Amino acid sequence: MTGFIIRRLLWGVVLLIAVIAVTFMIFYLLPSVNPAILRAGRNGSPKIIAEISKDLGLNHPIYVQFWNYIKNIILHGNFGYSYYYNDPVGGLIANRLPATLSLTVGAAFLWIVVGVPVGIISAIKRRTLLDRAAMGTALVFVSAPVFWLGLIALYVFANDIGQFHVFPGAGSYVGLTVNPLKWFESLLLPWMVLSATSTAIYARLVRGSLLQVMGEDYIRTARAKGLSERRVILKHGMRSAITPLVTVLGLDIAGLLGGAILTEGVFDIPGIGRLNIDAIGHGDVTIVQGTVLVASIFIIVANILVDIAYAFLDPRVRYE
Amino acid sequence: MSTEQPAGALLSVENLSVQFPTHDGVVHAVDGISYTVDRAASIGIVGESGSGKTVAALTLLGLTVTQGAIVTGQILFDGRDLLTISKAELRHIRGNEIAMIFQDPLSSLHPQFRVGAQIVEAMRIHRSITRAAARTRAIELLELVGIPDPRRRVDQYPHEFSGGMRQRAMIAMSLSNEPKLLIADEPTTALDVTVQAQILALLERLRHELGMAMIMITHDLGVVAQIADRINVMYAGRIVESAEARPLFSSPQHPYTWGLLRSIPTLDGPRGVELLPIPGRPPSMIRRPTGCFFHPRCAYALPSHSTIDPPLSDVGLEGGGDHRAACLLDAAQRQAAWAALKGGGTPEQARVAAGIEQDVVPVAEAEIVG
Repeated sequence: MTGFIIRRLLWGVVLLIAVIAVTFMIFYLLPSVNPAILRAGRNGSPKIIAEISKDLGLNHPIYVQFWNYIKNIILHGNFGYSYYYNDPVGGLIANRLPATLSLTVGAAFLWIVVGVPVGIISAIKRRTLLDRAAMGTALVFVSAPVFWLGLIALYVFANDIGQFHVFPGAGSYVGLTVNPLKWFESLLLPWMVLSATSTAIYARLVRGSLLQVMGEDYIRTARAKGLSERRVILKHGMRSAITPLVTVLGLDIAGLLGGAILTEGVFDIPGIGRLNIDAIGHGDVTIVQGTVLVASIFIIVANILVDIAYAFLDPRVRYE
Repeated sequence: MSTEQPAGALLSVENLSVQFPTHDGVVHAVDGISYTVDRAASIGIVGESGSGKTVAALTLLGLTVTQGAIVTGQILFDGRDLLTISKAELRHIRGNEIAMIFQDPLSSLHPQFRVGAQIVEAMRIHRSITRAAARTRAIELLELVGIPDPRRRVDQYPHEFSGGMRQRAMIAMSLSNEPKLLIADEPTTALDVTVQAQILALLERLRHELGMAMIMITHDLGVVAQIADRINVMYAGRIVESAEARPLFSSPQHPYTWGLLRSIPTLDGPRGVELLPIPGRPPSMIRRPTGCFFHPRCAYALPSHSTIDPPLSDVGLEGGGDHRAACLLDAAQRQAAWAALKGGGTPEQARVAAGIEQDVVPVAEAEIVG
């Protein structure tokens, strides 16, 4: 097991270097974006551009630039410098992380707490009106794009532009440490919107997974033992049905930690996604690079965690 | 309905029918079967796949109703009708007074729980016993069913057990509450022949040691020959022959039973006797044949057999005990036919011997009718 984890981590590092190489190539080598020109501004003279190029090390051969880039990231945790904010990118991302983290964790909590029970009930009450209603609703939410859902939610419930002034609207985000109550209030609507699709997906996933498991022989054994149907489902059924959920959950959370771009955009939440959108608007390449890298790291780490979790969830999985 | 049971009877099944409504029509999985299991006795229920034997057994535990089955009749167990008692009462009987083991030990244990934990759970559902005490008992049970090194094995997962070991573990689990009745549904079918023999011997030993009754469900007459006191042969959801084990093997009375006997290889039978498969397939349980359900596959069927439905009635053999069969042939015909078959004759020769020469419904044609 330990050997497996070490091997897996090493592969993660290899993968990370590959991602760094790809981002480097996309942002440094494509002719449309020359950081020096962007940085020099509209009236940048060739002389200024040349100076900036020298400053940024753009006059070195590509492999030297790549080496410096990798060295900075890995050895110094230095993701570069944003010319727009005049701040190190690493610090900017770190500042935005709490908002993204708040949004993601809250939404994930919500979609698990709602989606899983709905899935279980749908599976138990299969083909009843309740099941069909739940799955029909789920289909609507699976199909609804989050930016559309977000705008509708604001239009209906936001306390500024909404028809019913229930929740704080866009741009109301406050840090948890600043004011926990306002933090909670401001995130309620984004949580619901962000979790809507996932709730629906998880409900469908749990339903399908549980239905499949309930047909297994060992469920018949559990019933023949004299277990109550409740324990048959929740203990024996869900124990197996939960496994595919873990894969999806790990990757979903990791994906959102890289920036819930649409939700953060609609609700104007200062998270990594928002930082990314703004950076694209400003042509702030180093930030985009930084956020892409951070998002990749989250995905790589989540993959490793999911694999490790599998070994604990299913004793048949042995990584030797 | 009365809940009076004959003295000595543990389980009395009366006119039990199980139907599953489907889009294609009603599946008559079990059609009015009756049998009795005495305390500490063992019976065999024998039939092909799809004869309704497993459904009948699962129904005893109330495990078919959850699948939408319509169950009628009466199942008296120790003075209670299992079809009318509450769910809670039935659950108290399941795994406690009636335990069941299944065909495929590979898939019957939960792959994600330790073997010991599954046995402990079975105990703790039905009795107040500490986890530690239940674990100690689980180790004893594993030892009882012949699992070596039970102290180590108790903490292993099912995938770390071989097929035979898993069936032993299932047996250990089923015995954990000292049931009065053990239902074994094809317990050896998925196992190697040598392991089969071990498991059968184990079941037989445990049954005697613990004084429990057993229902052995199988498609293999060879299996029940060793351990059943009485055998019910099922075909298309009905019992077509019912007898003590000895007379059933020495003078079987139903052509289907003949077919089953002639399709199993024996070491001590006459040399050069060909194994004869029963032609055709079991009938649709939705659109069943008219008359005798077996007539489309029966080598001895007369035209009238496609219209008359034979009741299960006493065959009137002397010294044969309670021996019943549902066959339209008369006793002399049956005796002559079986004598010819036993001597290695083909069904055609047996038919001649029994004096059934002409007007036989050709098997292939009858199948279309069925």
